[in-house]
Amino acid sequence: MNEVTKIDGIGSSVRRTEDKKFLTGKGKYTDDINRPGQVQAYFLRSDVAHAKIKKIDIKNAQSAPGVIGVFTGDDIAADKVGGPICGWVVPCRDGSATKEPPHPLLAQGKVRFVGDAIAVVLAETAEQAKSGAELIDVDYEELSPVVDFENAGDGAQIHDEVPNNCYFDWELGDEKATADALSGAKKIVKLRVRNNRLVPNAMEPRSALAEFDNLDDSYTLHTTSQNPHLTRLVLAAFMFAIPESKLRVIAPDVGGGFGSKIYVYIEEAVCVWASKKVGRPVKWTADRTQAFLTDCHGRDHVNDVQLGLDENNKIVGLRVDTVCNLGAYLSAFSVVVPTYLHGTLLSGQYDIPAIYTNVKGMATNTVNVDAYRGAGRPEATYLLERTMEAAAREVGMDPAEFRRINFIPKDAFPYQTQVALQYDIGDYEPHLDKAMEMIDYSNFETRRAEAAKRGMYRGIGISSYIEACGLAPSAVVGALGGRVGQWESASVRVNPTGTISVFTGSHSHGQGHATTFAQIVADKLGIPMENVEVVHGDTDKTPFGMGSYGSRSLASGGSAISKAVDKIINKSKKIAAHLLEASEDDIDFKDGKFVVGGTDKEKAFGEIALAAYVPHNYPLETLEPGLEENAFYDPTNFVYPSGTHIAEVEVDPATGVVQVVDWAACDDFGNLVNPMIVEGQVHGGIAQGIGQALLEDAHYDENGQLLTASYMDYCMPRADDLPSFKVGYTTTPSTVNDLGVKGCGEAGAIASPPALINAVIDALSPLGVTDMSMPATPQKVWKAIQDSQSVAAE
Amino acid sequence: MYSTKYVKPNSTTEALEAIKSLSEGKFLAGGMTLIPTLKQRLASPDGLVDISGCKLDSIADEGETLKIGAMARHISVAESAVVKMAIPALAKLADGIGDRQVRNRGTLGGSVANNDPSACYPSAVLALKATVHTSNRSLAADDFFTGMFETALEEDEIIESISFLKPTKANYVKFPNPASRYAMVGVFVAQFGDEVRVAVTGAGEGGVFRHQEMESALSSNFSADSLSSVNIVSDGLISDLHASAEYRANLIKEMTKRAVA
Ligand SMILES: Cc1cc2nc3c(=O)[nH]c(=O)nc-3n(C[C@H](O)[C@H](O)[C@H](O)COP(=O)(O)OP(=O)(O)OC[C@H]3O[C@@H](n4cnc5c(N)ncnc54)[C@H](O)[C@@H]3O)c2cc1C
Repeated sequence: MNEVTKIDGIGSSVRRTEDKKFLTGKGKYTDDINRPGQVQAYFLRSDVAHAKIKKIDIKNAQSAPGVIGVFTGDDIAADKVGGPICGWVVPCRDGSATKEPPHPLLAQGKVRFVGDAIAVVLAETAEQAKSGAELIDVDYEELSPVVDFENAGDGAQIHDEVPNNCYFDWELGDEKATADALSGAKKIVKLRVRNNRLVPNAMEPRSALAEFDNLDDSYTLHTTSQNPHLTRLVLAAFMFAIPESKLRVIAPDVGGGFGSKIYVYIEEAVCVWASKKVGRPVKWTADRTQAFLTDCHGRDHVNDVQLGLDENNKIVGLRVDTVCNLGAYLSAFSVVVPTYLHGTLLSGQYDIPAIYTNVKGMATNTVNVDAYRGAGRPEATYLLERTMEAAAREVGMDPAEFRRINFIPKDAFPYQTQVALQYDIGDYEPHLDKAMEMIDYSNFETRRAEAAKRGMYRGIGISSYIEACGLAPSAVVGALGGRVGQWESASVRVNPTGTISVFTGSHSHGQGHATTFAQIVADKLGIPMENVEVVHGDTDKTPFGMGSYGSRSLASGGSAISKAVDKIINKSKKIAAHLLEASEDDIDFKDGKFVVGGTDKEKAFGEIALAAYVPHNYPLETLEPGLEENAFYDPTNFVYPSGTHIAEVEVDPATGVVQVVDWAACDDFGNLVNPMIVEGQVHGGIAQGIGQALLEDAHYDENGQLLTASYMDYCMPRADDLPSFKVGYTTTPSTVNDLGVKGCGEAGAIASPPALINAVIDALSPLGVTDMSMPATPQKVWKAIQDSQSVAAE
Repeated sequence: MYSTKYVKPNSTTEALEAIKSLSEGKFLAGGMTLIPTLKQRLASPDGLVDISGCKLDSIADEGETLKIGAMARHISVAESAVVKMAIPALAKLADGIGDRQVRNRGTLGGSVANNDPSACYPSAVLALKATVHTSNRSLAADDFFTGMFETALEEDEIIESISFLKPTKANYVKFPNPASRYAMVGVFVAQFGDEVRVAVTGAGEGGVFRHQEMESALSSNFSADSLSSVNIVSDGLISDLHASAEYRANLIKEMTKRAVA
C-alpha cells in the first residue's frame, strides 16, 4: 500500500473519528434520552431461585405515591404478548428437537432464577417506582434450586417442557470412527477442564425507552442493542404480532455489549407493551446490580477431552464430551453457542482425522447464559490448547514443536475438518514462529533460572487458536438450524456534491465502524475520509441488517459496503462515458477519476455526482438519475482468523500471585483496514481473556444466590493486571470476501486464556503441578503449591 | 435511596445538636461507605449531618504524636509532608486505599468509625497506640475497636481527631482483595524502642486485631527470620469466596515478613 497517496485509505491507522464525542463525555446513550411525560419503570424481581408463586398482592403498590400502574404476568398474558424466542435450535441425538420452554415477559406462576421479573411498577420517578415495588407482596412456595449444572438432570424439574432439565443433547462428528481411532492410538491424553462463568459487564447497563403514538398506532423504542433490526423483527413479528412498519427501533450510542446486548430482553418488551397501556413513554435503566443479575452470562462449560496420538505423536482422534449451563430460559443464541459455534472449532489448527463431540445443554436456576465475546470458540480453544500442552508434556515434546507437527500443512487448504467447517485458507507455522521470536522463546530457560534465583516460578504458555467468524453464510447457518439469515446490508448514497452517506446494517458499540467503514469507501472512491459519514443503529434510516456480533461487521458488513461502492463505480462509469462521449468499456476509474483509457479526457468523481443529480447533460434514456446503491452480501463461507499467543508469567510461591510479565500475540486477520483499531481490539480481547483466566468468576451459592453480584466480589481486569502487549501479524487474505479481511473482535479473548493457564502450569511444573482451573486466583495457586509440597513430603 | 434531610453545620457543637434533633440521623463524612448503603436502600436515616464543614481536617505534628483530624481525606494524609516526615507508613497506607476517587472523598474518621474488617486505617490506629479524640472523651486504640463494624463510639458521638504515637520504625503492607482492593490481609507493624506492635486487618472475624506471638518474636529480634517459627493459627480468621482462613493465615505471616524486611 502506498503510504503517501493513501493517507486515510485501507491500511492506515487513522484516529477514530467517533472518539471526540466519547472521550469528551458527549456520547448520547439511551438513558440520556428523555421524552415529555415519560414514566419510569422498575421491575420487581425474584429474590429466590426457584419457587411457585402462590399469590402476588399489588394493592398497596398501586396506591403508593407517584405510582401510575402495576402489572404482572397476568396482564401480559391477557394481551397475548409472547416472550423472547430462541434464534437457533439444534437436533438431539435421539432425533428429538431442542426443548423450548416459554419465557414469559413477567413470571407466570413460577420464578426460575434470582432476578426473574415478577411485576413492573410504573411511576413518575424511578425512586417512586422502586418504593412502590417494595409494597408488593409475593407469596412463594419455594422449590429446591438447581445450581450445579453437571448434576442438573437429578434436580427438581425447572420447566414442564424440559425433562431432566436437559434442553438438548447434541452431537457432531463420527463417533465410531473416533472410537476406533482412539482405541488404535498409542497414547490417549485425558483432560477435564472447566470454562468458568463470566458476567459480561458492559460499561453501559441496559436501558430502554418506549413510546406509543396513538395517532398512527406505532411505537418507537430506544434501546441498548447490538442489532436494532433483529430487535424490531423479534418484537414485531414474534412478540407483539404487529407490522414491522409500526415499530421503529433506535440503538443510539451503545456502551459496549460483548454479546450481552444481542438479544431481546423482557424489560424492553415490557416497556413497549406498557407504553401503550398507560399512554405515556416508559423508561427503564438497569442499575449495576440488575446488570449482574439479569444480563445473560457467558461460558460455563465442563469438557471431558480425550486426544489420541500415534507413535510419531501425531493426533489420530479427538473426543470431547461437554456439559454446559444455559440457565433458566433459552436465550436467543444460547443453543448455537455451545454447539455449532463450539463443536465445529474442535479441529483447531490441527489435522485431526477423526473427531466426535457430544454437548448437553442444561437448565438451571441461574440467569440465562448466551454469547459472550468469542461465544463458543473460546471454550473450544481452551479445551484444545490445554490438551495440546498437556499432551506435549506427557510425551516429552516441546509444546511448540508438538503443535507444529500436527498443524494443517499450508498446502492442504481448503481444508475440510471432521466437524463440518471447511477452512478456506491459512498458514499456521509463520505465526507460531513469529510469536516465538517476539517473546524470545528460545532463551526462556535462562529467564526461568533467573526468576528462580529471585524465588519466583516463571512459566511460558502457548495457544494456537482458530476461529470461525464473520457470521456468515446463510445457507450454512440455515442448514445448521439457524432461524435467521446471516448476510449483511449496506446502502451507499452519493450526495450531489460528491460526499457520501453510508447506511449500514451493522451496529457499532465500541468497534469504530464510523472510521473503518469510511476508510473503505474513501479508499475505493479515492476521496477524503471526511467526505464519508456512516449511519447506523436506526431501523428507519438503515437497511434491514443483522447487527454486530461474531466479529462479522467488517467481513460481512464491510463487504456489503464494498459491493455497494462497486455498483456506484459501475453506474458512475456509465455516466462518465456519456459525459466524455466514450464507450463505457473504455472508462477506467483510478484515483477518484474516470478516464478514457489512453487519453487525457477525464471526469472527477464529484462531477459525476453532480451530473447524476443535476441531469442537464445525462443519459436519461438508459440510466436513472441519482447515485445511490444497495448491496446485500451473503458470504460463501465463514472467515477463519488464526494466530498464536504466548504468555509468560511469574508466580510468587509465598502468595500465589500470578503476574503476567510478557505477552506476544501474532494474529492472521487477513488484510487490515485500520491497524490501530485492530490492535485496540486485540488488546481489549486479551484483557478480557486475562480477566477470565486470572480474575473473573460468576459464583452462585447452592441456593442460587449470585455471590459475585458487585465489583466488591466480581473481579474485573484493571490496567495494572496487564503487561504491555507485543502485537504482530501474518497475513493470508481471506478468499471469501473481496476485501480479504477476517474478523479481529473476539480473537484476543479466544486465544488468551489457555496461553495464560498453560504458562501458570508450566511455571509450577517443577513442583509437579499438572492442572489449574480458571480463574487462577492467588488462593488457588497457593493451594496448588501447598498441595504439591505435601505430596512431595509424603 | 429514600429521600432524606441534609444539613451541613459549621461546628461539632452544631453537628451534635443537629443529630439529636433526628431520631435516626447519621453523620456524613466522605460518604464512600454511607452513600452506597443509602443508594441500595440498606439504611434509611431520617437525616444526614454532613460534618465536612466542622473544621476537623487539620494535620499537626505535636512532638510525641501526630494528630490528624477526622475529616482529613485519604489523599491529604497520603500527600501531607508532615505525615510523610513523622510517620511515612501512614502516608503509604492512605495512598493505598481504594482508588483516586475514593481517596479524594474518604476520611480517616469515617474509616475508623465504620471499622470495616477489611479497612486499612484501623490497623494503624491499633499498631500506633493511637488515641481517638471524640466529642466528649479520649479513647485508647486498644479500647476503641470492639468487633466487626463495631466500635466503642456511642450514638451521637463524633470522632474529632486521632493522635498517632510516632514509632521508631513502622510499615504497612497490604495484600489487596483482587476485586475490591480493600485489604484481604493488611499488616501494620510499628516499633517503639523495644516494643513492637503488629496489627492485622482484613483477616479477623472480630475485625482488626493485634498478633501477640509475632509482636513478641519481633520484640526480641526485629527481622523476617524471627517470624519463621511463629505459628499463625487460622481459627477466628475470615473464610470467604476469595480467601480461606488458611490462606489468610499464610498471608498474615507473609505480609508481616514483608513489612519488617
Ligand atoms: C471502591 C472503594 C474502595 C475502598 N477501598 C478501601 C481500602 O482499600 N482500604 C480502606 O481502608 N478503605 C477503603 N474504602 C473505604 C473508604 O476508605 C472510606 O474511608 C470509608 O468508606 C469511610 O469513610 P468516609 O469518610 O467515606 O465515611 P462515610 O461513608 O461518610 O461514613 C461511614 C460511617 O462512619 C460514620 N462517621 C463518619 N465520620 C465520622 C466521625 N467523624 N465520627 C463518627 N462517625 C463518623 C458515618 O456516620 C457512617 O456511619 C473503599 C471504599 C470504596 C467505595
